[in-house]
Amino acid sequence: MRKFRKLLGSVYYYLFVALVVAFFGLPLLWLILAPFNSRSYLAVEIPANPTLDNFRAVFQNKFAMHALTQSNLILAVWTMFGITLISTLTAYALSRARIPGRNYMTYSLMLFSSVVTGTAAMVPVFLIISRMGLIDSYLGVILVIIGGNLPAAIFIMRDFVDGIPRSYEESAVVSGASPFQVFLDVALPLVRPGMMVIAVWAFVNAWGAFLIPFVLLRSPNKLPASTAIYSFYTEAGTPNIKLVSAYALLYTLPVVVFYLFINWKYGFRFFGGIKR
Amino acid sequence: MEQRRPILSLKTGLVFLLPAFVFVLLFLIVPFVWIIIISFTNQSLTGVTALHPQFVGLGNYLDLFNFSTWMTRGNFGSSLFITMEFVIGSALIGQVLLGLALAVAFYHRKGTLREFVNTLVILAWIIPDVVVAFSWGAFLNRDYGTLNAILNAIGLGRPDWQLQYSLFAIIIFNTWRGTAFSMLLFSSALATIPPSYMETAEVLGATFWQKLRDILLPLLRGNIITDMILITLWTFNTFSPFLLTGGGPSYKTEVISIFTYRVAFKFFQFGEGGAIAVVTMAINFVLVMVYLFILRRQAVYS
Repeated sequence: MRKFRKLLGSVYYYLFVALVVAFFGLPLLWLILAPFNSRSYLAVEIPANPTLDNFRAVFQNKFAMHALTQSNLILAVWTMFGITLISTLTAYALSRARIPGRNYMTYSLMLFSSVVTGTAAMVPVFLIISRMGLIDSYLGVILVIIGGNLPAAIFIMRDFVDGIPRSYEESAVVSGASPFQVFLDVALPLVRPGMMVIAVWAFVNAWGAFLIPFVLLRSPNKLPASTAIYSFYTEAGTPNIKLVSAYALLYTLPVVVFYLFINWKYGFRFFGGIKR
Repeated sequence: MEQRRPILSLKTGLVFLLPAFVFVLLFLIVPFVWIIIISFTNQSLTGVTALHPQFVGLGNYLDLFNFSTWMTRGNFGSSLFITMEFVIGSALIGQVLLGLALAVAFYHRKGTLREFVNTLVILAWIIPDVVVAFSWGAFLNRDYGTLNAILNAIGLGRPDWQLQYSLFAIIIFNTWRGTAFSMLLFSSALATIPPSYMETAEVLGATFWQKLRDILLPLLRGNIITDMILITLWTFNTFSPFLLTGGGPSYKTEVISIFTYRVAFKFFQFGEGGAIAVVTMAINFVLVMVYLFILRRQAVYS
């Protein structure tokens, strides 16, 4: 009976896994195959004559390549550093200094930022950035993305920092290290896996951002790939499927590689189950 | 534990908080207050009302709640109703439930299969919005899409997802897109449960469902509520369906974020856009309160 139940459990498990793999994998098949196809096709098919011509054509589009190699890189890298450093510093302070209401603060800040967000916050954010004279500047976009994602980063980071032992820092304090030294030399190496999770997540958010750059940027040579991809549309407004798919794959590759690298090196996971 | 000397003094701690404080003030608190003010004016992007907006009282709100038209497609009430269906379908039934199922299925399992599935689910989460929209556009295409190819092969025909079942399509799409966060959250929560709990249950001969009901779910209660709150809010405010459907056909997928966008940034009626945003935020706050109330009540019972 017990053996039978175990067998049945395995059957359910593999059935579930198969369904999940199909559900999450099938929508991506087109993205992997279409860029190498010599004919323009929306169906998933193994290309009869695989080709790199589509990529060659994409490289010819200076505007779109500039978006990918310049705008995207600038936006994503600065946002990543900003969010990772500030959220680590903040989470560390909330964990190690006895700031009144700190637990309540992390949670309510997170909820507040999830409410004041997206298109609802876009109008005042647009007006603030205008008043700061930062419309059509990378800095404006970077600041807004950092501001919008910081509370969630602090929330996730807090669990990581709470999870590391305090004894190392305590002995460093006893031997006379300054608070900043303790943070940089003792605590940072210990929370590095957490910082890497935040870094990937921040990079991904800035790399894929659509609405914020679309609303805040004006000059074509500053637009990121999320808007530049529409330059592969014909004048009639229909997409050139071969080129769109090739560009989409190029656009996707950096985040996938970055994630796989971090996952392999540190393991991409949350810590402690996001306490309340 | 708390009796120990803190590693950072209160003063240093506050210094460390300064950068975050500036960002929160500038990009959360100021926009929050400002949007409320804007919602009582006729502020627009261009023209006289751009520089000198006038106070219009409750005008923008009265326009939104004009009950003769508000449930007509493309109006506020209709958009709220669509958003509600979208949130229940893709946030609660979709992401939270599927994320929980994935975390439980892989609980205490290691190896390549788990890694592979995890990576696949996380890929769906990290690929840029625009790319995902194109890929899903191809996937759902009526004549050539992979989905209909499969459905057709098993005799279910070729439904037109983008025209006829568009709301269902964005619900499935958003489930696919966001499940990774819930999976990661529940996986890390499960990892904190002492193995001895499950071993004891095993020895006592508990079935999978008994272990789930009596051990895992009660221990995860707080995490489930936290996840439900976050996913509900994020789904409520997500703009991604716009890239797949543009809110159409004929406003059928115009969730509240797309509605706000249309009013505020297509017609540049900032005042009215602000009023929509304020009502949306109020609904969000009420939802959070309801969840937290449920959490507290359950805590009392157990």
